[in-house]
Amino acid sequence: MKRTGTILAVVALLACVPLVTSSNVVLNFLVVVLLIALVGQGWNVLGGYGGQYSFGHAAFFGTAAYTTGILQLHYGVNAWAGLIIGIAAGAAVGAITGALSFRSGLRGSYFALVTLAFAEVLRIIASVTPITGAGVGTLIKLDLRPEAFQFQSRAPFYWIILGFVAVSLLIAQRLEASRFGAYLVAVRENEDAAKAAGIDVFRVKLGAMTLSAAITAAGGCFYAQYFLFLDAGIAYGPWISVEALLAPVIGGIGTVFGPLLGALVVKLLGEATKLVTGDVPGLDLVIYGCVLILVVAFAPRGIAGLMKRHA
Amino acid sequence: MLSPVILVPAILNGLLTGAVYALVALGLTLIYGVLHIINFAHGALLTVAMFAAFFAYKLLGLDPYLAAIGLTPLFFCLGYALQRFVIGPAAHGEDRNILLITLGLAVVIENALLYAFRADTRTVNLPYGFSVIEVGPAFLSVPRVIGFCVVIAVALALFLLMRFTDTGKAIRAVAREKLGAELSGIDVAHIYAVTFGLGTACLAIAACLLLPTYYVNPHAGNAFVLIAFTIVVLGGMGSVAGALVGGLIIGVVESLSGLYLGESLGQIGIFVIFILVLLFRPTGLFGERA
Repeated sequence: MKRTGTILAVVALLACVPLVTSSNVVLNFLVVVLLIALVGQGWNVLGGYGGQYSFGHAAFFGTAAYTTGILQLHYGVNAWAGLIIGIAAGAAVGAITGALSFRSGLRGSYFALVTLAFAEVLRIIASVTPITGAGVGTLIKLDLRPEAFQFQSRAPFYWIILGFVAVSLLIAQRLEASRFGAYLVAVRENEDAAKAAGIDVFRVKLGAMTLSAAITAAGGCFYAQYFLFLDAGIAYGPWISVEALLAPVIGGIGTVFGPLLGALVVKLLGEATKLVTGDVPGLDLVIYGCVLILVVAFAPRGIAGLMKRHA
Repeated sequence: MLSPVILVPAILNGLLTGAVYALVALGLTLIYGVLHIINFAHGALLTVAMFAAFFAYKLLGLDPYLAAIGLTPLFFCLGYALQRFVIGPAAHGEDRNILLITLGLAVVIENALLYAFRADTRTVNLPYGFSVIEVGPAFLSVPRVIGFCVVIAVALALFLLMRFTDTGKAIRAVAREKLGAELSGIDVAHIYAVTFGLGTACLAIAACLLLPTYYVNPHAGNAFVLIAFTIVVLGGMGSVAGALVGGLIIGVVESLSGLYLGESLGQIGIFVIFILVLLFRPTGLFGERA
């Protein structure tokens, strides 16, 4: 329960930020950090605790974003209902891809490949089908009312994404303390041994993937409401799959606070790069890639691991 | 639509494209067969090779086919150094780490190129770039026919290298039984790096073959990498013959589905094959084990 206290304290502290500053630059930056933390926590549930490295979390992010966007645009569905349906749709895609790949016994490189391929197939489909607006993209109508999940100022968006992140932190913490979480870690450490010990490996992995997809999907829905624009390259693009794994790997893979820490560090680095060099395309990603390699090489437990070692 | 006048050229062109795909896949499958890792930086390294061939032509006036003679050993060394000094030490012997490191390398290389050269698309104008020869009902592009022949020659050379040289034997030994190879005095880290170097050298050749008819930009290699993954999975991970046959099959599939479904949906044909093979026959057509 001490951990729950830490989570609530961190969240409460973060919740005060809009009371201190109303700077759109700061809030915008923090919203993006929290969004990546949320998407990264989704990846962390499957990759960090379960050891199944997905290179295609864009599939869940994009499906959720498009689901809520298209429902609002073409079917007049309320945005909050769209959020729930979007999360369910993302989770369903996770369950289906998970069932297919785990049923075939895909592990390691094969799993990374097949998730990447699923995301790419969805990207190509989304870039040609009329309902997604194909090349033009999906533009959600401006409707600045709380009932429509749109707000005049950044602060409410900030509190909402912070709420999502808080829930994801609590989920990760509960996972660590639960029997299901222990099964999942056992699968990560040695799948054959876990199976021999009587764990239903398939069900554990499938459950983790569905939960993972649902968390990432919530990020997709939020993205749609916040930016009000989607196209295939944004929703299903490789960038989101990469950021989803970058945050937990850098922050500390398989830890509760890893994704949040990692997202903060990655985005700070990105902003610092922009400050030093101006807004040149590519350079921030060069830095991200270097940090990823350096972390894997010298701090395999991420920043959280470093802090633990020196504490 | 099924008349041979359309079908035969489509199939022949598919085979020619497929040969270059096969060469890219050959590098990937070689690395997988020995190191048991998927090199996610493969596409980015191909892009580097394409830029190298492009600048060899622009700055030094070297014909791409001549440039291949210099670039192939250069890229062998690059690949060797990458594995020996970056990927190997950084991975701590964990396969999951290698996935992340090669992904990180891909991100770094691709965006460094984007930073240096912007997203501009570059092409070269060679006197023979558009010449064609007539084979039955088909007009085939000369550079692509040359490419096809070179790929067959490279595959043959690789086969001979693997079969008859001491290095080839050592590579096969490491691929089959790493610990046993180490115990009989083979330097596994060295063999890993040699294999990675060979895989990267294949990319240099592929880049030089592509340059006369293709464009160069920082994302150019990406178009090939998922196709190469598909070929490797289809042909069986680690199988050289599988990569060759798989490449030709994929080339024809792409050409035919492009003909019937249109350009952008044509790509889906490849991914569908990819996912189906991964799900139902992960060992591929020629693979020995999963």
